Amino acid sequence: MLTITINGKQREVDADPDMPLLWVLRDLLGLTGTKFGCGAAQCGACTVHLNGEAVRSCVTKVSRAAGQQVTTIEGLSANNDHPLQKAWAELDVPQCGYCQSGQLMSAAVLLRENANPTDGDIDDAMSGNICRCGTYPRIRAAIHKAAKMQREGGRS
Amino acid sequence: MNRRNFLQSGAMLGGGLLISFVVPQVNKLAAMGVKPAPGAPFAPNAFLNIAPDNTITVYLSHVEMGQGIWTTLPMLLADELDVDLNKINVEHSGVDKAYNHTAYGIQITGGSSSTWSEFDRYRNAGATARILLTQAAAKRAGVDVDKCKTHDGFVTAGGKKYSYGELAADAALLPAPKEVALRESSEWKYIGKGAKRIDAGAKTNGEARFGMDVQFPGLLTAVVAHPPVFGGKVRSYDDSKAMAVPGVRQVVKIPTGVAVIADHFWAAQQGCKALKVSWDEGPGASLVTAQQTAAYKKLAATNGLPAQKKGDAASALTRSSKVISAEYVFPYLAHAAMEPLNCTVHIKKDSCEIWTGTQLPGIDQAAAAKILGLSPEKVKINVTFLGGGFGRRATPGSDFVTEAVHIAKASGKPVKMVWTREDDMKGGYYRPFFVHNVKVGLGADGSPQAWKHNIVGQSIMGEAGMFGPPKDGIDDTSVEGVKGSPYLDAVPDHFVGLHTTKEAVPILWFRSVGNTHTAYVMETIMDELAHAAGTDPIEYRRALLKDHPRHLAALDLVADKGRWKKKAAPGRFKGVAVHEAFGSYVATIAEVSVTDGQVRVHKVDCAIDCGLAVNPDGVKAQMESGIIFGLTMALYGELTIDKGRVQQNNFYDYKIARMNESPEINVFIVDSREKMGGAGECAVPPTAPAIANAIFAATGKRIYNLPIVNNKTRLA
Repeated sequence: MLTITINGKQREVDADPDMPLLWVLRDLLGLTGTKFGCGAAQCGACTVHLNGEAVRSCVTKVSRAAGQQVTTIEGLSANNDHPLQKAWAELDVPQCGYCQSGQLMSAAVLLRENANPTDGDIDDAMSGNICRCGTYPRIRAAIHKAAKMQREGGRS
Repeated sequence: MNRRNFLQSGAMLGGGLLISFVVPQVNKLAAMGVKPAPGAPFAPNAFLNIAPDNTITVYLSHVEMGQGIWTTLPMLLADELDVDLNKINVEHSGVDKAYNHTAYGIQITGGSSSTWSEFDRYRNAGATARILLTQAAAKRAGVDVDKCKTHDGFVTAGGKKYSYGELAADAALLPAPKEVALRESSEWKYIGKGAKRIDAGAKTNGEARFGMDVQFPGLLTAVVAHPPVFGGKVRSYDDSKAMAVPGVRQVVKIPTGVAVIADHFWAAQQGCKALKVSWDEGPGASLVTAQQTAAYKKLAATNGLPAQKKGDAASALTRSSKVISAEYVFPYLAHAAMEPLNCTVHIKKDSCEIWTGTQLPGIDQAAAAKILGLSPEKVKINVTFLGGGFGRRATPGSDFVTEAVHIAKASGKPVKMVWTREDDMKGGYYRPFFVHNVKVGLGADGSPQAWKHNIVGQSIMGEAGMFGPPKDGIDDTSVEGVKGSPYLDAVPDHFVGLHTTKEAVPILWFRSVGNTHTAYVMETIMDELAHAAGTDPIEYRRALLKDHPRHLAALDLVADKGRWKKKAAPGRFKGVAVHEAFGSYVATIAEVSVTDGQVRVHKVDCAIDCGLAVNPDGVKAQMESGIIFGLTMALYGELTIDKGRVQQNNFYDYKIARMNESPEINVFIVDSREKMGGAGECAVPPTAPAIANAIFAATGKRIYNLPIVNNKTRLA
């Protein structure tokens, strides 16, 4: 039995220690906001935070998360009001939406570390996340917008 | 209940006292839930439901796969019903004839057609309901109907004010109006102005439910071992090691392979890896890309079945002062939607329930029913959000639904079949491999006077089977964009021929279909002709397109806004292309640099004439999406085959453009009230040729084989 703190709540998980965190979250805990896209750390759809750092949960063994803090898209904010979530909606970023959980989780780390990211910073932080609908221009604009919101008033 | 009543007790819909509007197609009234007379179609035409608690639900006949129809169809209805869009709930409809495409006659989302094909139907649905609610209010208040006014979900009647929900039960008893007048465009609140996506919230907090996310107690997960070669069959298998994996419950043979069924995906995948299967590969194992290329090139040098001809192209070519010849090769392409294909099937005693993201729910329903020996209405299809479609979730043969039904049938338990990324990449139903051979003879003035064009490839419509064999042997999806090209109008002697081939590789429509290759050929060769004539590429096109005002409108707008005449920054070069697809006209200017053979696309400007843009920002989003899709196709898109085996596996060897390669994109919409076209696909076709033409401006090199990355050494 492993204990993981997920979105602030302690969860007991009965899983093989080698089982990827992605499938523990999705199939054992029912947290389906984190997506399966490639299973090979190529697309970023499965991005979650492990102790605040963005990791690809599809290649992260659950044993690595034992006793640690995990945040998923469901825990990014209480009321869908993280500056990134607000900016995403205001700029109509999502299309099919499948990759957006991962995009937001990657962007959230960038924004926490860098209050005023440049386009180059966004390229560096976000190029591990594929969007087949091609929402990149809007993701870029939304990160700039969220950064501005955050600088001007923090989280609402 | 009178069948001619268009409002209906909602007990059948949601239980309790719910009163439902069942808004009919004009002249075709039927009540939802009423048992039809023997032989009568069950055609409820339910697009709208208003409950006494003021919950307003719009049912979508088209599915949301990113294109924004979840917002656009409710916009159409809301403008007529006179309600705030944000108060509307949206759901995908189930399968019913009522939801058949108004032009195609089957229930389908595709062909960039959802907005124009539903423009009248959804407005009528809203307007009909508003008329009835107004009549109900008038009756209740004891005033004339013309003393009543609707505003934002309420009817004011004399001095009284009623919410739509309060009136729903009364309105349900009124006969449907014979005539429904639609509002003037000046009264539109949403149409032409736009609205924010209704699904954005659910798509930013993990709530949006895709097929992959379907879960319920007792549901198992299946991962399938597929044959390494298309058409291969299982000879034998050994499941002893697979069954030993903790969590694996069953291993079953199905027509398309062997499925490992487990408590969760990871166990099923581990089990699948431990499975030993011996395959009978069949004739598909002989296919090799290099040989296919050589064979297609040979065929393309000969005349195929005529798809379009005028005069005598062959003899006109001999009279031309200059002939430009080119041979183009286009690879197989995978749609590679972000959500790998999946389908959940729960077979019950005399029925079946299916959850999946599909563009063809009715076809899938029929396929499942056939396998299970059920009548189609006993198969309930729940359409979830689609994690990308691009055509791949519209398989006439219902490949992934069929596979999942076979697994559930063999298992006896509810099963969610999940394809891995590798299954999805190697699973077929690709954009076909195509070769073009083109000879264009120029007149003394540099204009094209003779044109011979042969195209070789598999037939999407022929292999799809759902619309019958192509007329006269010509599948329009193989030649669209060449056949009917506005440029050919101006060429007195021309011939377009088609050789249709057969391969073991399953093929399918892929975002913008035939235009993915035909626009590339037409627009890069146009650039060659302009260059040969010593004329500016836009001016050269303008002369040939003088009788095609919508092409010109898009071209002129992008030339102006994209400042075509202004030189790009040092080291950067521009290329242009214009193409009509799905009734919309798109002109694109790409700005690139080439360093050591490495192409970087810095900026793409694009103009579209799609007629009325119902949701202008939605149109812009689709242009951005199509441009990046086209950029991926141009730079990287390629599947290769060796000994019948697809060589690519995952995103590390089937590259998709990423954030750091995403150009600045500017979209301009032509102010147009011409016939409405679609927006979902039309930005794809001109993107690749605009990039290639910019590369020519930068390097003096033409690219005849996609993807561009394969030309790196030539461009260095």
